[in-house]
This record gives sequence, C-alpha cells and structure tokens, in this order.
Amino acid sequence: VSAGRQLLYQDIDEPGLNTLGVYERRGGYEMLRKALKMDPQAVLEEMLASNVRGRGGAGFAMGKKMSFIPRGAMDKYLVCNADESEPGTFKDRELMQKNPHQLIEGIIIGAYAIGANKSFIFIRGEYAHQADVLDAAVAEARKAGFIGERILGSDHTLDLVVHRGAGAYICGEETALLDALEGKRGNPRLKPPFPAIQGLYKGPTLINNVETLMNVPIVLEMGGAKYAEIGTQTSTGTKVVSVSGNVQRPGNYEIELGVPSRELIFDLAGGPPEGRTVKAWFPGGSSAPVLTGSDEHLDLPYDFDTLAKAGSMLGSGAIIVVDDSVSIVDVALKTAKFYRHESCGKCTPCREGTNWTVKMLERVQSGEATPMDLDITASVCEQIIGNCLCVLGDAMAMPVGSMIKHFRAEFEAHIDAARERSGLGMAIPQVNRGRNAGPGPMRAPAGIDPTAAVA
Amino acid sequence: MAIDPSQVRRFAHGSRVPGWDEAVDLTKDPAVVPDPATTPVPEGIRREIEAAMALYPDVRSAALPALKVVQREHGWCSPTAIEQAACVMRLTPAYLTAVATFYDMFDTVPVGEHQVYVCTNISCSLRGADELYAAMLSAAGDDPRFNVRSFECLGACDIAPMASVDGEYLGPLTADDCRTIVDDVLEGRPVLEAKQLKRRPKAETYWKDAP
Repeated sequence: VSAGRQLLYQDIDEPGLNTLGVYERRGGYEMLRKALKMDPQAVLEEMLASNVRGRGGAGFAMGKKMSFIPRGAMDKYLVCNADESEPGTFKDRELMQKNPHQLIEGIIIGAYAIGANKSFIFIRGEYAHQADVLDAAVAEARKAGFIGERILGSDHTLDLVVHRGAGAYICGEETALLDALEGKRGNPRLKPPFPAIQGLYKGPTLINNVETLMNVPIVLEMGGAKYAEIGTQTSTGTKVVSVSGNVQRPGNYEIELGVPSRELIFDLAGGPPEGRTVKAWFPGGSSAPVLTGSDEHLDLPYDFDTLAKAGSMLGSGAIIVVDDSVSIVDVALKTAKFYRHESCGKCTPCREGTNWTVKMLERVQSGEATPMDLDITASVCEQIIGNCLCVLGDAMAMPVGSMIKHFRAEFEAHIDAARERSGLGMAIPQVNRGRNAGPGPMRAPAGIDPTAAVA
Repeated sequence: MAIDPSQVRRFAHGSRVPGWDEAVDLTKDPAVVPDPATTPVPEGIRREIEAAMALYPDVRSAALPALKVVQREHGWCSPTAIEQAACVMRLTPAYLTAVATFYDMFDTVPVGEHQVYVCTNISCSLRGADELYAAMLSAAGDDPRFNVRSFECLGACDIAPMASVDGEYLGPLTADDCRTIVDDVLEGRPVLEAKQLKRRPKAETYWKDAP
C-alpha cells in the first residue's frame, strides 16, 4: 500500500546511496550544477512557486523565509535543523542516514540562493551514527569540489560543518539552536529580531529542517509550479510521516499531503493491535493537541490547514496512536513530565507551569485530586500559552489541555476510582481554603473522619 | 491526616530539593581563565579542541565539541576536565560548567563508562518501555561499569521500545535482550546485531518481509 507519490523514499534503501558514487549515478548533484548556472533570485523564485512549507513543525513557507534574508554581501548563514527531538518523530534520522548527499545538495543550493557562505548541520548528539554518516558524506562532497571555494568553477563559496548537539529538546527551537551553536546554554531568544535578520553570530540566518532542505533539489528538478501540483493547494508536495505508538507497523511512510489520516494509520501503519480501537492520536508529535478516534477526526485529510482547522496541527508530521487499553491520564502525565524535564527555565510561565501541571496530574493519578483540579490544570495551561519566548510551554499546554477537553469524563472517572482505592471515598468537593492558607490537609465535610479513612 | 515528617523523602543533606549541598565558598576568588603554564593539558585533547575551534567564526562555538572531548577522555566532565577545556578555549571554568550542566549528555558526576539510555517517552512507553527500563536496571543497574538511565525521546519510535547502548540504537527490545546487551558490551562484541537500527530497511519493505 502506498498513498500517492514518493519523492524522498522511493529508492532510499538502494545499497550505497549514502556514498557519493551511487548518489551521482542516480543524477545527484545535477541540480546543483543547474542551480549554479541560474541567477540566485531565479532559484528563490522556484522555491516560492513550489510553496513548499517547512517540515520541522511550524509549517512556514520556505521560499518566503528565504526571501526575508537581506540581499547584498555580508556574512550570512544557513543552518540545517537536524535536532529532531519531538517525541514521535524519526523521519530526519532515516533520511540523513540513508541519503545524506541529497541533504548536502539541498543545503548548497539553498545557501547559493540566499548568498550564504557558511552553513551548519546541527544534529542532535544522540544521533551518533547519523552524524558519522554526514561527516563522511561532507568529506566526500568537499573532495569532489561541491563544498569549498568557488564551487564547480562558479563564484559561490560555501563551507559546511556538522555540529553535534548534546541532548536538549529545546535546541530544536531555532533561536535556542543558534545559542547552542554559538557555544552557550540553549536558551531561546526574544523575537524579533528574527533569525532571518539577526541570527547566528548576529548575521542573517536561514534555518530549515532536514526534510525541507532535501526537497530543494526535487523542486528544482520538477520546477516549482509542477511541484506545487502535488498535494493540496496550500500544502504542497509529499511528507514523510512517522507513525508510532499502538500500531501494528510503526515506521516512516511518505504520503502526498492531503490523504485521509485513516489511510495513514490503518492502511499503511496497520492500525491498532487486533481487537483494540484508536482512542486518541497526536497528529504532529507530542506537542500537537490530540484528536480522538472518532470518524470525524480519522477522516480528516492529513495536511497543514485541515488539521489546524480541526484544532490541532501537522507539526513535524509524527502520528502517535494511543489505543483504548491505555489510560489517558498516564499519557497526559508522561507528556507533561517530558516538557517539565526539557523546559530550559528561562521563562517563568513555562518553567513553573510545566512543573505544576505535572504535580496536579500526579494528584489525579494517585487519587488526591478533585474534579476542580482539572479546571485548575486547564487554567494553568491557558496561562502558559503565548506568554513565553518560545513555544515549549505551549507545546505542553496544548496537548494536555486537549486531553482534558476530549476525555474529561475519563479523567473524572479516574479520580473517583483512585480515591476509592486510596480509601478516601468518592470525590469530595474541595473546600477553598483561601489564597494564603498554604499547603495543608484537605478538609473533609462534616460526618466523615478522614483519619479513620486513611487507617 | 497530618503529614508525617518521617515519610517525607529527603536528600542526604536534609533538604527536599537537590543541589543545596554544595555550599559556595564565599572567601574564595572566582576561578579565572586557567593559566596554561600551570594547567597541564594532554596533547591529544589540546589538538582536538583546537581543531574544533578552527571550524567556527567564533571559537566559543566549540564549547560542545570541547566538552565532548574531555568527557570522553576523563569519563565525565570533572573539574579537571572542564579546567583543561577552559584552558585551551581561554574561557572560565564557570562558563563551561554552565554549558555542561544544561545538556543531558554531559555528566557532571562520575558515571559508568558504558552509556545505556532507555527511551521512556510516550511512543516507547506505549509499547512497554517502562518494563524494559526496569529489566535493564536489574540487569546492569548495579554494575558500576554501566550508566543506565531513562532518556527522553531518542527519535527511534519505529523500533519501540528501544535503547541506545554506547550510541548504538537497538530495538524493539524485550526484557530478555537486556542480559545479552550486557554480555555483548562487556565482551566487546557488536551489541545485539540482529536488532541494530542501522540495519533496518524502510518501513514498507520491512513489514512486507516481516513474519
């Protein structure tokens, strides 16, 4: 089963594709030769015409981002974001490992279009094997004259460095990535100025995801207008989707944007194990608000705008399926704990909000919570969104908030059951002890002896 | 239902929060950039860090590569290791310590030489990662040669539940595999070759041929 055209995955397992010889035999670096004969502006026009949107999470049109980079001679940079840490996402890992030269070609063409002379691949430290593959590929490309001074006799000069991260989710955020690349703690920066104006080493910087850059040679080969015919009107091209969680055939599948989500989850990934049903699914990594297993949600076309309209997002293109055997409380807690661990601590709403959300969800799990805690959790989530330098806090608040919204009944049932188990009886409405009452034992209504209940 | 103080979990220094046991010596001057004359740096380390510094327009960018080098050589980012990196890069040890404490892959306490990261994020835990982590802990958790820890998403949910053993991605793992992994690592063999991620074809092919 295959959902539409494949541009990146068709022959990705061809033996030796990670070496220059095989890649060139398959027509590799031809598009670089073509691009170097074109005007940089013409290359940019093709990217604009293709309307290819960023594959890393935000879905911002690549051509538009490139057009923000100032013209003229100055130190400009191109950074490939290969930090891929979004839970559920593993497409860049396979792409880089199996076809590193296409990424390098995309970077060189992209750098030519914006006039950058220095480029970096920021790869997460855990991808040790993939980083070695990239290092070897860069060395091959340098030897063949694709990287270095006056590439293939043109005026374009480019250096490419593979920079390994050291394990921090936040470094996938573009400004935090720049800080990490500058050798600092990976804290996000205040925007504006956006990296296109003032990024790495205070120079204009284009930052793009691995998959986006790998599409650049394809766009040039097909022509931007032709590429735009694939997919839907506003979500053009193909997308590699990582499907994981409770499915029978987890893995990366390339689809044409706009195929029904059901086809992805059931036909390609095999759906949940025998006898189980889809309870919830993250359409775009763990930062995306969850959707339910209802027909209404499963039939949604998988593209940027439809998912946004449905109250979620395509994000990095990672579907995590949760089946009906799993407690949604556990999923919410796991999600919140991840963001608590990865919050860099720079902005208060995120640093504190993620921590308190975890604490409240732990109360829900252990049976100390009341339904009122769900409202408080939802309100904490609301207050994180939009109040930080980056979207890490939002990325916790949105899925947790959506889980409480879609599965409130299950949360409440879980609270009741856990209270029953812990001997506290059915949910007791929490008495508001006032703002300054401080932590203390919960007051039980008259007639109930709480100490007796505990013993 | 008053809180029983004996039930409150505390760290050895008596506080419920970590990190307060290392009192700052206020009488001491802050550490300055180490003097090359009095800070011996092994030649190999110096050469590698200087090579990394040469790659970037700003030498500070080599902070992560430099810390990786000294961590590899010293086993962890010890004060001596950080001092050596600071000496070569002409930075204060405090700056590099701040960087090292930010990233998960830098160890600022001594750890075992073999890194075993078990992914316990959502996708993996939906497929039994928590049980796998428990099994891994009982197989190697007490062995001082191993550094077994749970890790956030390692980006290999297609082989969930999985673990990264000295950088080698392995999965899908069962509790029985943990013993094999430990034996393979200790005897210097390639770890669990049949389950190495780098040998796996793309999903469509893999599942077509799968049993």
